[in-house]
Amino acid sequence: MMLRVDPAQEEIELQNPMRREWLKRGGLVVAFMWLGGVSRVWGFPEGTRLNADDPRFAPNAFVRVGSDGSIQLVMPCIEMGQGAYTGQATLLAEELDVGLDQITVEHAPANRKLYANPLLGDQATGGSTTIRFCWTSLRDAGAAARSMLVAAAAQRWKVDASQCTVTRGVVTHTSSGRTLRYGELANAAANLAPPAKPVLKDPKDFQLIGKPMRRVDTPGKVDGTLPFGIDIRVPGMKVATVRACPTFGGTLASVDDTRARAIPGVLKVVRLDNAVAVIGEHFWAAKKGLDALTIQWNLGAGRDFSTEQLFKDLADASEHGTPILGREVGNVDKVSGKVVSATYQLPLLAHATMEPINATVHVRPDGCDIWVGTQVPARCVDVAMRVTGLPAERIQVHNQYMGGGFGRRLFEDSVGQAVGIARQVDYPVKVIWTREEDIAQDRYRPAYYDRISATLDDQGRPLAWTDRTTGASVLATFAPPAMGKNGLDSDLVECAAELPYEVPNLRVDWVRHDMPNGVPIGWWRGVGPTHNVFVVESFVDELAHTVGKDPVEYRRAILGDNPRAKAVLELAVEKSGWGKGDMPARHGRGMALAAPFGSYLCVVTDVEVSPQGEVMLRRAVAVVDCGTVVNPNTVEAQVQGGLVFGWSAAMYSGITLKNGAVEQRNFNDYRVLRLNQTPPIEVYLVPSKESPGGIGETGTVMAMPSLTNAIFAATGVRLRTLPIDRSALAQNKDALKSVLSATSSASSTGRLA
Amino acid sequence: MKIRRVIGTFIGAVVLIAVGFTVYAWVSVTHGGNEQAVQPAGAGTPADLSSQMARGEYLVRAADCEACHTTPGGQPFAGGVAFKLPFGTIYSSNITADRETGIGNWSDDEFVRALHAGVDKEGRPLYPAFPYTSYTALSRDDIVAIKSYLFSLPPVHAQARTNDLSFPYNQRWALSLWNALFLKKERFQPEQGKSEVWNRGAYLATALGHCGECHTPRNVAFAMDNGKALAGSELQGWKAYNITSDKEHGVGAWSDQELIDYFSKGHAAGRGTASGPMGEVVGYSLQYLTPSDLSALVTYLRDVKPQQGGLTMSSPTAPVPASAVATASLGEQLFVGACTGCHTQSGQGRETDYAMLTGLRSVRDPHATNLTRIIISGSALHVGGQEIFMPSFGRAYSDAEIAALSNYVVQHFGGQQGQLSAADIAQRRQP
Amino acid sequence: MIALSINGQDTQVDVPDDMPLLWVLRDVLGLNGTKFGCGMAQCGACTVHLDGEAVRSCVLPVTGAVGKKITTIEGLSATDLGKRVQQAWLGIEVAQCGYCQTGQIMSAAALLTQKPTPTDEDIDTAMSGNLCRCGTYVRIRAAIKQAATGQITLPQTIA
Ligand code: FES
Ligand code: FES
Repeated sequence: MMLRVDPAQEEIELQNPMRREWLKRGGLVVAFMWLGGVSRVWGFPEGTRLNADDPRFAPNAFVRVGSDGSIQLVMPCIEMGQGAYTGQATLLAEELDVGLDQITVEHAPANRKLYANPLLGDQATGGSTTIRFCWTSLRDAGAAARSMLVAAAAQRWKVDASQCTVTRGVVTHTSSGRTLRYGELANAAANLAPPAKPVLKDPKDFQLIGKPMRRVDTPGKVDGTLPFGIDIRVPGMKVATVRACPTFGGTLASVDDTRARAIPGVLKVVRLDNAVAVIGEHFWAAKKGLDALTIQWNLGAGRDFSTEQLFKDLADASEHGTPILGREVGNVDKVSGKVVSATYQLPLLAHATMEPINATVHVRPDGCDIWVGTQVPARCVDVAMRVTGLPAERIQVHNQYMGGGFGRRLFEDSVGQAVGIARQVDYPVKVIWTREEDIAQDRYRPAYYDRISATLDDQGRPLAWTDRTTGASVLATFAPPAMGKNGLDSDLVECAAELPYEVPNLRVDWVRHDMPNGVPIGWWRGVGPTHNVFVVESFVDELAHTVGKDPVEYRRAILGDNPRAKAVLELAVEKSGWGKGDMPARHGRGMALAAPFGSYLCVVTDVEVSPQGEVMLRRAVAVVDCGTVVNPNTVEAQVQGGLVFGWSAAMYSGITLKNGAVEQRNFNDYRVLRLNQTPPIEVYLVPSKESPGGIGETGTVMAMPSLTNAIFAATGVRLRTLPIDRSALAQNKDALKSVLSATSSASSTGRLA
Repeated sequence: MKIRRVIGTFIGAVVLIAVGFTVYAWVSVTHGGNEQAVQPAGAGTPADLSSQMARGEYLVRAADCEACHTTPGGQPFAGGVAFKLPFGTIYSSNITADRETGIGNWSDDEFVRALHAGVDKEGRPLYPAFPYTSYTALSRDDIVAIKSYLFSLPPVHAQARTNDLSFPYNQRWALSLWNALFLKKERFQPEQGKSEVWNRGAYLATALGHCGECHTPRNVAFAMDNGKALAGSELQGWKAYNITSDKEHGVGAWSDQELIDYFSKGHAAGRGTASGPMGEVVGYSLQYLTPSDLSALVTYLRDVKPQQGGLTMSSPTAPVPASAVATASLGEQLFVGACTGCHTQSGQGRETDYAMLTGLRSVRDPHATNLTRIIISGSALHVGGQEIFMPSFGRAYSDAEIAALSNYVVQHFGGQQGQLSAADIAQRRQP
Repeated sequence: MIALSINGQDTQVDVPDDMPLLWVLRDVLGLNGTKFGCGMAQCGACTVHLDGEAVRSCVLPVTGAVGKKITTIEGLSATDLGKRVQQAWLGIEVAQCGYCQTGQIMSAAALLTQKPTPTDEDIDTAMSGNLCRCGTYVRIRAAIKQAATGQITLPQTIA
């Protein structure tokens, strides 16, 4: 899986065609490729010992074996809830032949050379790439370590290595029955050379891969001992909280801090270009101090901007802007037939990770330490260099567990801000954003305006398909050089350009319309596919209903030769009971089918809509083919969680701007799904021998269209704008006038009776 | 023919009287009554006023000037607060000492006249959203003290917003007719036979605190119906409850301590928490009253003629048990998700007493007038240097949800059959 | 000085009266298992027990906890029930990022103290004040049932 980047050609070449396909799609993936320009597999350090002070056997960047028998695995991809540590540890442990209970995991330090994700080309976690791209490299690393440890044993026994087996870290010479533990071999192994080409296990011999292994990170999560970034305490540390200018691109004009400084526990008021922070003995003092400031802002050019304006501008750009071609097949203009068109609109979205944004920073004249949970440790070093002027080797990023990422922690803006605060004092400062700040200063999923149309043949199948998306490019802000040759951001057309369906003539293009006035945008769980699959799968549902076909029948008819998609569809039909039995009035069942991130999914969501328009989720069935499954337990959890995340957004979430500032503040107005609104979710995995696909974001991608299609089935109302407008779903005007009795029989739970 | 003549004479008489009255109104408009009356007993500042606070500041607080003349987050006393009236919107004025946009070049006499007669510096009538109908009872000394305190603060340059009223309400001359009919330009007179404490309470409640402006029902001409003083009213979408001494409908059953707690902390356990406009009254005004003034206020309210009407007080009871139906209602579903964190399932408000729901009048109101306001817009109470707040849920929760939630709350905690529909909430959202 | 009883230990803290218990626990006493999520009783990440009842420590002024028994996640395993809940959480593999989970577990333990065999509605009522952005709700339900009944539920539904 060597891959090569040739900046001159602005093209990415891969030896493996399947990976080429993944690469073509996915702005995030392309972005990182470009940043790093990495052209090598996982780096191996020189030598096989960690360093002079630490004599542990360290055959590569990922495995450490101490002579006491301890085994540490170093995690190149960060854990933010998606089970990455367990998955990565499983790959390493499988080839190393140890149990997950025998190892401990460590966060990798910031080091692009050693820990750059070979596909992302940077030290980063995102784009549902962890398992896809650790699949070979981490198994290589484990196998290399194992072969060196076995070689050391064989040397000691003076036998051939092939006569030795390993179980749970114990090497056995089969014929003599002699055994040696890894710990006993660590020193000797460190003097051997790593194998040029480690031999990997035959998948049929897998002991761990494919089994529902216990997660390695959960014990500390149920007893409260596992520290997240926000839990860091370092000696002499103080706590700060911050408020940035409510409009983007605005600056700080003046602060009156007389009242704040009088509050006991307030230590210092720190001014930044566009923000004020208060440092206190504890968060409460800092927060009270912040609230006591009288702040004047220069609101800047964005002061009048609103989301109404944004959508007007997007609609206008969609009509009059210059499209950039994403993909063209055949000639859509040469086709005639019945034309169906629709317009879709998606809102700005915040991440609202449970752990609010935070970073702990100590800046000294000779160095800088940063404790933070980040998806991009190396980028955090970069930003600290810029702010402090210190060289990279003087900056240490101590990565931490994250209370959710969802793309938010791919951005190091808050780390830069924290360094900016910490450099004004000589003690370490933990900067914690309030939830209000976390929502008002996020990097938002951009808003989109999409026009889509199909020309149907006499069977109702699409002969031609055009899909024009209009919106901002995250890639262009995140990694400008990664933009395609013709200015294309591949993320904008991911899962729109390549459909699971057979469409002989197709044109998918994009009109770039960047957010004005520096409104910050970012990657959000599911990235391009979350946006495009909503549009495509809603529209396929519209087409089915337009031609009077059942949505499943219709999909079957247009799928063509696509066995993996067919398999998930058919299993979903079976498990959901699609088409069997009548649903009560105002109940509906909706489907979505797609192939995001190299996996295939079909999700069926059941809803009930009250006469007043309230939507209640009743049940969901998700069928997944994500190729070879490393941990079915994690796959199930990710799909369940991803669905909840997506439904939340579709039902309630939308960031709106007024007078240039975000209107939402906290979970009271940036609402998310609660337990009593969550239905039972069944996840079925289709056995597959294909290479692993991504899973972390897939549920989110599928949630939105399966929900709105179900609402259509229940009410006949097509929702083309998110979040859904529940007032549009009322049965009739009179329903809204009927008293909502407190003891009405609307079921509170998602469970079926 | 006779008939015609009679009618003609009648019309003539009416016109004549009208003209005469208008002339009278015009002439009397700027007249504030007896401006030289001596400071009566009961006026001024209390003996137990701490030396920290200036006399004028205390009176400004007691008269609750700041609430109406300060926008949320805005400069104190710089005006601009919108008052949405049935016939349009008016904005409060800048009462800082700024010479251009405030009252910096008003003389003492002009300021006194403004409060006594309800006219501006030029003698033009002010809208009675400015409670001059109550302030007219203030003593001249107190008004001058108020002015000198306002003038001791930094002037704020902030142009007043122009009112947005439709015809004929934008015709200020009509106000002089209204004043001629409804404004009694009389100073406070201590009532003989009542104690000194009672009279102080009366001065606080009527002249300074102008309680009646919200709590006394208004007649068709929008004037306070003093026959029903403090019997409760509704304005700007809020219910101002009956605060007469009636035990069932008013606050007669509250203990002295409960009343004092409510005034000074904005909360009386099992009785109520001040929110909305009353939260502002507590935050800007009542919490600063001295102990002697608080008891004076209590003494006076205890003696206010009991009036029936409005919601009955509930004794602090346990909530009606959660609905026994197998599946919970939408309202309950919302309550357990977004509300129990503070209010708790039992309504006892474990984290903070202020979140106690049981016993409140607002949860005994089947129309849930104040309750829906608070759910939609939230509530904030600044008291004792702390902020006690409830977030707003209006933006992310639908009309049907807020209706269902309100109906659940009034049923569960107030034993009332909630009557709200989604359409009602839609209407209440209208600004 | 304010006297508190936390996880069976008496402690004195010198903090302002209105400081929420959450920050006393986290920033003064270093008990970091209790999390900050919203600061306005909307998410439940800060849930602790006050005399056995689940409360949101982010809106509980420290003075409100005086004279009461405070239990945080760090002290939960002192009881059998607490252990059982934590065990069920591990068994069902509930946690994803884990940030909300200490609060979830505290709410669940309070529920099971009051209702040892909760119905689905009881679970909904007790647990809906705790948000989970990772969306672990389905497994939270299963884990509470497992803790209540002792019956092992498999998390997987694999075809
Ligand atoms: S932090 Fe206390 S409920 Fe969210
Ligand atoms: S596990 Fe991440 S928020 Fe609940």
